[in-house]
Amino acid sequence: MSSKEAILKSIREHKKDVSIGLPDFSSFETMKFDNLFEQFKNAVISVGGNAMMLKSIDELDEQIKALHPEAKRVISNVNGCNLSSDNGSSYDTPNELDSVEVAVIEGGFAVAENGSVWIQNSQNRHRALYYLAEHIVVVVKKDEIVPTMFEAYERVSLDEAGYGTFMSGPSKTADIEQSLVIGAHGAKSAFIFFV
Amino acid sequence: MGHPELAAKFVDNEDRAHWHDKALWFVREKRDRMAKSVPEWESLRAFAKQIKTNTMQNLDVYLEEFEKNATANGIKVHWAKDDKEHNEIILKIIQSHNATKVVKSKSMLTEECHLNPHLEAQGIEVVDTDLGERIIQFRKEPPSHIVLPAIHLTKEDVSETFYEHIGTEKGNADPTYLTRAARAHLREKFLGAQIGITGVNYAIADSGAVVVCTNEGNADLGSTLPKVHIACMGIEKIIPRLKDMAVFTRLLARSATGQPITSYTTHFASPVEGGELHVVIVDNGRSPILGSDNYYQSLHCIRCGACMNTCPVFRRSGGFSYEATIPGPIGSTLEPSKNIAAHFTMPYACTLCASCTNVCPIKIDLHQQLYYHRQDIVEAGLLSPTKQRALNMAGWVFKHPKMLDFGGKMARTFVPFVPDFIMYSSLNVWGKYRKMMDFPKKSFKEMYVERKGSK
Repeated sequence: MSSKEAILKSIREHKKDVSIGLPDFSSFETMKFDNLFEQFKNAVISVGGNAMMLKSIDELDEQIKALHPEAKRVISNVNGCNLSSDNGSSYDTPNELDSVEVAVIEGGFAVAENGSVWIQNSQNRHRALYYLAEHIVVVVKKDEIVPTMFEAYERVSLDEAGYGTFMSGPSKTADIEQSLVIGAHGAKSAFIFFV
Repeated sequence: MGHPELAAKFVDNEDRAHWHDKALWFVREKRDRMAKSVPEWESLRAFAKQIKTNTMQNLDVYLEEFEKNATANGIKVHWAKDDKEHNEIILKIIQSHNATKVVKSKSMLTEECHLNPHLEAQGIEVVDTDLGERIIQFRKEPPSHIVLPAIHLTKEDVSETFYEHIGTEKGNADPTYLTRAARAHLREKFLGAQIGITGVNYAIADSGAVVVCTNEGNADLGSTLPKVHIACMGIEKIIPRLKDMAVFTRLLARSATGQPITSYTTHFASPVEGGELHVVIVDNGRSPILGSDNYYQSLHCIRCGACMNTCPVFRRSGGFSYEATIPGPIGSTLEPSKNIAAHFTMPYACTLCASCTNVCPIKIDLHQQLYYHRQDIVEAGLLSPTKQRALNMAGWVFKHPKMLDFGGKMARTFVPFVPDFIMYSSLNVWGKYRKMMDFPKKSFKEMYVERKGSK
């Protein structure tokens, strides 16, 4: 008997025969927010990031430059960001992205309750870009904010890209005496622009 | 050694024990604030319990569904009956790539299986990349908490460890400085690794995907830089539908650390370009628990650690006092379920206050399970003869009300005159950590009769 068969056999022998179905969320009432952007902004600030609503995409370059005036190596896959012609996908290995200072990436949608953004980019070649960059800037369309994870998962599909992450602020740790340090292994800062 | 002896060691350092207690209570308070900010919190807990109950009664079906969908996504699925097979499968994958450098992110399952020593014996370098895990790996210690692995250490301890191993300034104990030093040290390890090993928070049956949640981004670097990613999961990590993730992502980080969500909640349904993604599904003693009326709910656990942060015993005795991979309330039921003789002191590290049950995001009946385990332990004859005799005697007295009345009267009359050198002598184990109370003049029964005028 293979291990798979042995494990399944043991499960079948032991599992309980009670009939409890799966919940239906379709009529479930989740939290409501008066202003989704304001709620998102508060949430992302609470996790060490920040957010801003832009009047038009033309302001984007200027705002990013103001955030990272010294940055030399910038990668961008956002239409409307002219700070770099490098979208990070021409390299054969992700290791070549190690010295990236700012990655400007497209976010699918934002979640107001917890300040996270769904990052998928099926065209992006190296997933490591999101975690190697010193600083991350995410650009999201201004009406793409959902209240909670319930509305968020209605929009998540893994079919095309086979990958995706909810990113909430920069990387962080409190492993040394419970002191919060922003910037563990991933990005040291995260800024979300809505356009 | 059992929990009482190990806990005694921990409380020997009174300052540290107090700090540990306060630090965990602080996390518990953050959890409370987060839970209260979500009006539908109790509905989420009920959903989570319902989903997990359904999952366990159809576990074979969901596991096969997961394998089918994951395989279609290009993921290689492996099955391991026990820890030995788990370690062998992983070693084989590593060797098939002639790899010697592995980066690993936090996984309690690989701790349970003692994966690191197994790989290291074959000349493979395994680097734990979670900051807390790296600290304890340098110190050759196991984690003392499932979410906060280095909570037993002070920043001065960390400073000393990093000075020795990665050459930080002697005496510099600034957490930001130490974290940055670890970041630089580990970035090199990430870039040089050939294989990344991670745990799994959720494996989604209908999508054939696994989800890993971290704050530091270490699992993300470890799974996206090397060509080969091996994700290890216990059979109970399955959830049926992608949409069920909504419930668990809303509960996990709020319960664990009081954050609204982890920094990264990453979904893997395919390998990196030109790479491989392996998922190892492990039983290792879990499936028999499915059939236990008393303990089956312990398999619903999502490893948030909330039960540890709230537990008055855990906070004051530290994770090492349990001498088990999973400590605290959830460990005190899981570990004896697998090996009662090795872990029979764990269910007694509990005041039956039920705080763990009240904070558990999946509503696992933790305190109830510890109470059941105690009965099994007595049944199995594992208690020390002294304790067993004392319990037998107490049982006899409680069954004879007249003896109980008489005994109470004797105690109220004579105990106040027992001199301290006898009360607190080494012969009286009871007096070791306890102070004798002032006895009332009358028993409750006597007072009741006086007030009501009848029995």
